[in-house]
Amino acid sequence: MRQHVELVCPAGGLPALKAAVDHGADAVYIGFRDGTNARNFPGLGFSAEEAAQGVDYAHARGAKVLVALNTYPDAERWQGAAAALATAAAVGADAVILADPGLMAHAARAHPGLRLHLSVQGSATNRHAIAFYHRHFGVRRVVLPRVLSLAQVLNLVGRVPVEIEVFAFGSLCVMVEGRCALSAYVTGKSPNVHGVCSPASAVRWEETTAGRQSRVGGMLIDRYQDGQPAAYPTVCKGRYRVGGHVYYAIEEPTSLNVIEILPELVRGGVAALKVEGRQRSPAYVARVTKVLRAALDACCADPTGFAPRQEWLDELNSMAEGRCHTLGAYHRPWQ
Amino acid sequence: MNLSLAPIPWFWDRARVFAFYGSMAATPIDVVYLGETVCSKRRELRLEDWLEIAAALAEAGKEVVLSTLTLIEAESELSMLKRIVDNGRFLVEANDMAAVDLLSARELPFVIGPHVNVYNGETLALLARLGARRWVVPTEISRAQLAALPDRRFLQMQTEVQICGDLALAFSARCYTARAHNLQKDACAFVCREYPDGLPLATMEDQPFLVLNGIQTRSAAVCNLLADWDDLGALQVDVGRIVPQSAGTGEVIALVHEVATGRRAPAAAAREVEALSGTRRCNGHWHGAAGMAQVE
Repeated sequence: MRQHVELVCPAGGLPALKAAVDHGADAVYIGFRDGTNARNFPGLGFSAEEAAQGVDYAHARGAKVLVALNTYPDAERWQGAAAALATAAAVGADAVILADPGLMAHAARAHPGLRLHLSVQGSATNRHAIAFYHRHFGVRRVVLPRVLSLAQVLNLVGRVPVEIEVFAFGSLCVMVEGRCALSAYVTGKSPNVHGVCSPASAVRWEETTAGRQSRVGGMLIDRYQDGQPAAYPTVCKGRYRVGGHVYYAIEEPTSLNVIEILPELVRGGVAALKVEGRQRSPAYVARVTKVLRAALDACCADPTGFAPRQEWLDELNSMAEGRCHTLGAYHRPWQ
Repeated sequence: MNLSLAPIPWFWDRARVFAFYGSMAATPIDVVYLGETVCSKRRELRLEDWLEIAAALAEAGKEVVLSTLTLIEAESELSMLKRIVDNGRFLVEANDMAAVDLLSARELPFVIGPHVNVYNGETLALLARLGARRWVVPTEISRAQLAALPDRRFLQMQTEVQICGDLALAFSARCYTARAHNLQKDACAFVCREYPDGLPLATMEDQPFLVLNGIQTRSAAVCNLLADWDDLGALQVDVGRIVPQSAGTGEVIALVHEVATGRRAPAAAAREVEALSGTRRCNGHWHGAAGMAQVE
């Protein structure tokens, strides 16, 4: 039997949404330009009108649009989050991706027809936590944090009453999403409340005799010699001194790529594969979507005979942070 | 304001844990949270051991709460969670929605731990309906965010804020203490036992920055809200939380208790607690700034 696994691609704006749909995304996830989602970057995100256009474009071509509303609104931001939810329902989003339990309760009450997905920011890593969101709010799909091993992911499929979506490609959060206050500690702005991690306003680059240095909130994150490719500084991917050694104490700048374990994910019954990167360009979204569409089609047609093609790996690595990739926590020895 | 002692975040051996809580019984701490919240591989104490400590502390007049693991992935971890939930005597602090799910299904009252994300009144009211009686505020919440919430007493909900100790900042599948020793988590040899206050991480400029504690990352600066004492009271904070350290915890509790009973000025006690910790203090999160900042 041919398996169907949804390819869910990111779009920071209409051109990226069109690129994703045109290159084979089954669903595109977007966010509004109002700080209600985890990619609250300057110039990024959709207005209500653009979202409506995006939904029309996608639906006309058989693709879905999912709206991420995955910050945890504090009292001051609550009205904005509720308004964004109403907008998502009004423009005909196929689902909203939420993290906050209060907002989920509100969504289930105020928009009973709206399909709910539990965001990766919801930090649900086991069957009881997932069951909680299903029982109380009717959540239909969970996006798993990037901390579970492949065996743990597959163990959840069929044991929870919801679909499982996992990250397939893109920047790698090594901390449990929704449970990381590193950016808050260093910059005062957090993924949970503000939808940002190590925001550009807190980042400083400086040329010194020791090399090119990156700082977040004044703290030295990394240092590069001539010609070394420099990564955007996030606290978890810095080089630090621990016990007399200087190294990437938490994680190297690298990208997640699950192409090697696609057959296991497909055969295991994972419902959807997610590509990170709403902050990326339409060209990037087009290239990644195209490669993953080809790989996923090949794998779904013949999971047993599937082998990743070198040209796919080369293409994906050329776009990856640090120009290299990892299986992250899916691969137990990484942990 | 009552005072509470957070669960020990570090991996201490069994004798050290028993000795530590033996000494805590005589302190003026009101509430003691017990249990392993970081790594399920740390099994120096069995649940029976924790219950023995709990009974002794209860005998000494302390309110005892059993804390649950934060990052729950494996079936074995869920089994332990169920045993804690079904302990039959002590209140439980839920540090994951799995715990909330089990506790609410059994209609048991519970404490919302600092690692369950509650940022608004709607979520708080929802958890109150499910049995939550106390809320330990997430580390990054500011006084302004707390002040903007509706009256928690209306929900019969106590509010607890960490006032002393380093901050729990992040959890991961990867063990950074093992990584520092070039070991994989599955063959970690329990190296975190060598670091009773965690493994310090500094920037390449030798600025103390973070502390590695197995799969958990903590702050190098030590949170200290004593100078904000009046503010905490005005915002209906019922319980002030103190994080255990390998040395000086009893002295910190004594100083904070003197503040709580009006026998010592908060600002002076803040300086003394900072001196005891041996590390720079911070209060940034409370003041809406970077958490590592000290806002005067």
